[in-house]
Amino acid sequence: MARQTTTGQRALVTAVAWGIGILISFPIIWTVLTSFKTEATAIASPPVWFSFDWTLQNYIDVNTRSDYARYFMNSVVISIGSTLLGLAVAIPAAWSMAFQPTKNTKNVLMWMLSTKMMPAVGVLVPVYMGLRSMGLLDSRTALVIIMMLMNLPIIVWMLFTYFREIPGEILEAARMDGANLRNEIIYVLTPMTVPGIASTLLLNVILAWNEAFWTLNLTTTNAAPLTAFIASFSSPQGLFYAKLSAASTMAIAPILILGWFSQKQLVRGLTFGAVK
Amino acid sequence: MGQITLENVAKSFGEVEVIPPLDLTIEDGEFVVFVGPSGCGKSTLLRLIAGLEDVSGGKIVIDGSDATQASPAKRGLAMVFQSYALYPHMSVRKNIAFPMKMAGIDEAEQKRRIDSAAKALNLTDYLDRRPGQLSGGQRQRVAIGRAIVREPAAFLFDEPLSNLDAALRVGMRLEISELHNRLKTTMIYVTHDQVEAMTMADKIVVLQAGRIEQVGSPLELYRNPRNVFVAGFIGSPKMNLFTGAAAVEYGAETIGVRPEHVSVSADSGKWKGRIGVSEHLGSDSFFYVEDTGLADAVTVRADGEVAFRHGDEIWLTPAEDKIHRFDKNGDRM
Repeated sequence: MARQTTTGQRALVTAVAWGIGILISFPIIWTVLTSFKTEATAIASPPVWFSFDWTLQNYIDVNTRSDYARYFMNSVVISIGSTLLGLAVAIPAAWSMAFQPTKNTKNVLMWMLSTKMMPAVGVLVPVYMGLRSMGLLDSRTALVIIMMLMNLPIIVWMLFTYFREIPGEILEAARMDGANLRNEIIYVLTPMTVPGIASTLLLNVILAWNEAFWTLNLTTTNAAPLTAFIASFSSPQGLFYAKLSAASTMAIAPILILGWFSQKQLVRGLTFGAVK
Repeated sequence: MGQITLENVAKSFGEVEVIPPLDLTIEDGEFVVFVGPSGCGKSTLLRLIAGLEDVSGGKIVIDGSDATQASPAKRGLAMVFQSYALYPHMSVRKNIAFPMKMAGIDEAEQKRRIDSAAKALNLTDYLDRRPGQLSGGQRQRVAIGRAIVREPAAFLFDEPLSNLDAALRVGMRLEISELHNRLKTTMIYVTHDQVEAMTMADKIVVLQAGRIEQVGSPLELYRNPRNVFVAGFIGSPKMNLFTGAAAVEYGAETIGVRPEHVSVSADSGKWKGRIGVSEHLGSDSFFYVEDTGLADAVTVRADGEVAFRHGDEIWLTPAEDKIHRFDKNGDRM
């Protein structure tokens, strides 16, 4: 039976939901608004909300001063490259842990997760020195590998959860029906886990895209992605809030659009298996 | 052909011995039911035959050749699972076609077999649906269809009806029996429901704790249970089992008498008691008689016309030639 709700209750709940929604997205909304202001209006006090002269000058300035396309391409290569590499490593790993578990499977999973609990800065120096001696500083290759290693525990965990949802009897049925391991993976397992793999891919592209610690510390120019692009506007010539906002908006726009179009897939993937 | 022989087949999971070494022969064309309480190893035994579990010892021979180490697909057996185990992303047609596709059977032959299986199982109108769009009974039929098209040496059923509601279960039971009559293929059927075992089997294998307690036709088991366990397990309602003075009188440790072999009377008989619960089904009446001093309740099956009620005093008399006697090991005397 549906629970009884009064109109008043519903209005209150709706108002609270909107309040929280606006609160969460406020920084982004404010950044976008600021990007269309002049530098003077941007730091005006009290703040100006909508009644200012909208201008695209900041975007023009940002584009003339730095090469957005190069940063963008670096972001694409690093986020997608590291995710695909991660999936290639994680699919067999998650497969074996989900379908051929041993008594140490749980420990391995916990160990992988525990690496996420370590502060990244703790290994910055050894990683930096290592990459320097290999001549990989400021290279896309290094970032793809580092990003892949950073997100690997999450990828393995997500895939493991999806794989475990597949009833063992279906794979046994496939075996009875004459499928060898290859056919079992191609015709039965993969089609059934495509939603899970897709949402893992999406989430990890987003995580890698937004990652700032390693990208800022391991790149200077050649491999610098959009996070470095934003950062480059934050300090040298004092604070230019409007330009910084324009840069930020340009940096987050692609991933925001991707997230917007794939939100159904993402939510479905993240709640996969919650309801039968 | 579909003759299956188990020689000294045993299975252990780590230290735990689930199935001690056992021998069993299943003849070609037989409908064999493995029955027993939960955890008795009947499903494990089926999975050993299927090849989904490796034996810890012994030999499995299918149609004269040693299949102990053969992969499930190579054994020529088809299995119907309790959960149906259909491929959710494939249409009914593709589900049924899958084993043939794996076997590399040409498309025309695939189509012919799919059409004939669909016709036999009333699935023709559903071939393009996904399993998720079907009812439980229809899914079960698809699972059976997927097994039939392989033309296997034997069908293995693992509690196939336990996810269905009672009415559907009776219907599917008949369908499976009809299928067996038509195909004359060996079928091995696992269930914990002794009614299914009694109604469908040519041969019942009663299992307890991985051991075979008795093998025989349904009526053989019903009439001549080899021990107390089989006596109590086969038959519904259960056989009445008494120990103590009543058994000693017959020179046994335990005696058993089936509910229909006890006659009732209002004024004279061997044992006196009081009716606890009475169930009137029209054709039959069941009385659960208390205070007899024999057991907590003695179950009696009487004609539907017999009109005793809750609380009535009643006399019970067993049919002397229908009393089963068991020694102190529980074995038939």
